[in-house]
Amino acid sequence: MATLDSKIPAGSLKDKWTNHKFNMKLVNPANKRKYNIIVVGTGLAGASAAATLGELGYQVTAFTFHDSARRAHSIAAQGGINASKNYQNDGDSVYRLFYDTIKGGDFRAREANVHRLAEVSENIIDQCVAQGVPFAREYGGLLDNRSFGGAQVSRTFYARGQTGQQLLLGAVSALNRQVGLGNVKLHTRREMLDLILVDGVAKGILVRNLVTGEIEKYSAHAVILATGGYANVFFLSTNAMNSNATSIWRAHKKGAYFGNPCFTQIHPTCLPIHGENQSKLTLMSESLRNDGRVWVSKLKNDRRAPGQIPEAERDYYLERKYPSFGNLSPRDISSRSAKEVCDEGRGVQGGDAVYLDFADAINRLGKKAIEEKYGNLFEIYETITGENPYNVPMKIYPAPHYTMGGLWVDYNLMSSIPGLFVLGEANFSDHGANRLGASALMQGLADGYFVIPYTVGDYLASQKPSLVETNHPEFVKSETELKDFVNRLLSIKGKRTVDDFHKTLGRIMWNKVGMARNEKGLKEAIQEIQTLRTEFWKDVNVVGSGNDFNQTLERAGRVADYLELGELMAQDALARNESCGGHFREEYQTEDGEAKRDDENFTFVSAWEYINPGTWNLHKENLEFESVKLSQRSYK
Amino acid sequence: MSGKNINLTLKIWRQASPKAVGAFAEYKISISPDASFLEMLDEINDNLEKKNELPIAFESDCREGICGTCGLVINGQPHGPIPKIATCQLHMRNFKDGDTIWIEPFRAKAFPIIKDLVVDRSGFDSILQTGGYVSVNTGGVPDANAIPISKDIASLAFDAAACIGCGACVAACKNASAMLFVSAKVSQYALLPQGQPERYQRVQNMVAKMDELGFGSCTNTYACEAECPKGISVTNIARMNRDYIKASITANPVD
Repeated sequence: MATLDSKIPAGSLKDKWTNHKFNMKLVNPANKRKYNIIVVGTGLAGASAAATLGELGYQVTAFTFHDSARRAHSIAAQGGINASKNYQNDGDSVYRLFYDTIKGGDFRAREANVHRLAEVSENIIDQCVAQGVPFAREYGGLLDNRSFGGAQVSRTFYARGQTGQQLLLGAVSALNRQVGLGNVKLHTRREMLDLILVDGVAKGILVRNLVTGEIEKYSAHAVILATGGYANVFFLSTNAMNSNATSIWRAHKKGAYFGNPCFTQIHPTCLPIHGENQSKLTLMSESLRNDGRVWVSKLKNDRRAPGQIPEAERDYYLERKYPSFGNLSPRDISSRSAKEVCDEGRGVQGGDAVYLDFADAINRLGKKAIEEKYGNLFEIYETITGENPYNVPMKIYPAPHYTMGGLWVDYNLMSSIPGLFVLGEANFSDHGANRLGASALMQGLADGYFVIPYTVGDYLASQKPSLVETNHPEFVKSETELKDFVNRLLSIKGKRTVDDFHKTLGRIMWNKVGMARNEKGLKEAIQEIQTLRTEFWKDVNVVGSGNDFNQTLERAGRVADYLELGELMAQDALARNESCGGHFREEYQTEDGEAKRDDENFTFVSAWEYINPGTWNLHKENLEFESVKLSQRSYK
Repeated sequence: MSGKNINLTLKIWRQASPKAVGAFAEYKISISPDASFLEMLDEINDNLEKKNELPIAFESDCREGICGTCGLVINGQPHGPIPKIATCQLHMRNFKDGDTIWIEPFRAKAFPIIKDLVVDRSGFDSILQTGGYVSVNTGGVPDANAIPISKDIASLAFDAAACIGCGACVAACKNASAMLFVSAKVSQYALLPQGQPERYQRVQNMVAKMDELGFGSCTNTYACEAECPKGISVTNIARMNRDYIKASITANPVD
């Protein structure tokens, strides 16, 4: 059994990355063009990586299943991006951003990775501004900041409520420039369906051309996956309709270990579910909690309209329970608190929703100021719900949003498969058991602009420039298997639709592997998922053919993967007998209902090795904390 | 948030492949007014799949109006009857019981149909690849606060940068012109100090590519602005035209 080597460099925390950059091998400029690098995914991490590697002179081939690189789901991030610039002179520093992130992640992330993330955060903002990203500014012309959950400083840079859009368009503009210059070949409407290993080393991928249905083979010296997270395993989530786990799951089945699969983030401020035919959930940016106050009635099953509930009968439960962070408490804590009050029957009209109320802020700052800050978010809310949040409080409820888990990577962002690198949300690396708001954009761009360009060079410097041919037996074998897989899906011709299976799986995951988990529920979930998986392969109906544009077939492959991944998430949650961050096991809580970690037995990363469907081996990477002292996370 | 289902007749464009002959097909549905327009199409597709019939191909992703993937012509209007939203943000409460709704793809010579309601908008990216960027490599850039930018200018640049690249402007235009899309990107950089070094070369390159790809000319009908889900202003077109003329008649427009 392989042991996990995190390859954390020696030296003091603040010198590790600097020393490592010096110690890594370089590929000389003339030799860079002899190396081909595949980048899958064109979100913040993928686009920034592909662009930067192209600039350096490597031969880059980038893939996206979208019709354009700009559609990647990073585009939908609303609130902002953190950086330790300390422009506000309010006490921020690299160390404080590092510390907040480690603490926010409930001490289940690697110190060295997180410190590096905080270090390069400042370069990211510089880079984006140079690209022409129109961040929010003060009247004096300098950049504006706002606060986000889990921090007591204002370090979040933003572009109205569309920060992800503007950052992604910046990264994609850099990518487009490299495409125009011929340094990057960009293949759109291609979905990666397999990873090719030659002698245990990543050497290429198979993709399906989503327009023609053809399986295409691509070979390279290194493969980078930046394909995002897997929250769509819940069917209803804030992820885009097409966000999926297939690339990382197929790589996992080829040997890449999966890190902390059960660490999922349920975002506290989403729109409540409206009905059976709902296709996804909509996020309302966490930035709203800067000025919105969260409350429910003190009474159970209170049917009064919000305006009729007097101040004295309202419970501002976050302010009450966590006075120092209040409405800006971290996401996991805010979500769980919402679930708690709704489970008590104190939700809106006794149902699953709480109020997010701007009345006080509007009285204090005026409607115009609120409109300037959140105008577009208020419009989104009104478009969807038909209610005007300037007049009545918003109704919100938690929803699956982000996955901290992902493929295990070492300090160099290389997975357990040599030559396979994983960036952004697709890896497990920086957020521990809970991600802080405005840190996903930071991590995606840190990985793509400032980490992978160094570490992939170090890897390639020891690789021979000769390229594996795409008629190599490993390519041919995988191609045959993939075609069989597609044909098998098409030939079942059962009675249930793909979405029907996905919705059923989603309900199991939400009820038993969601915001609160327990041993009994997790064991049931594992059984139910196994049964559902068997059913799927007997009774799914995938209409159409494999030789053309077939969206049902695309979804079927993704759901087949979710039916395996969902089980691993439950297995991981069952194996982690503690509560930490977004992983809340009901058996492990303090007297006042807070997550109770077990540092003695669980200060490790779970890295799961795939054996066969339903069977995994658990490897453990122990987390060593040299700079911070493990403590119970308190936001009181 | 609840109401009685409404009953609708849908006339939807079906076309098996780029070269196939397309036609409208009729579907009936009873749907909750709280459902979104695309959730209604999901339901139609679900019913079709249950009958073992081919679902209607249409694209969407974020369903929050920001990714720009979705885009249907609904009763003759790109993104439907409500201004300043994308198709995915349209809800069925905007329709009445008994309505007939016509649903078509975005139509333009430069946007060939792939299947049913799915079109190929890759021309937009080809234009951006000729100049829709500031030529800076990663690293070695100045501190983010080194160049102050007035709030007003930053705000105008943002308004232009808010384009989601959906193509509604092209679909709305009788000439299938891409001027609003191209001018939004040109304006974003023309307004910001970071965009100045390449300002005049950029506009020439992007306009040349736009023409080459078969997008039509602008005849100032402002249909693009009216249908734009992000309210991108036609003043961007004016700004682009000024830069373009300056670049065309002066050997060195920067002087």
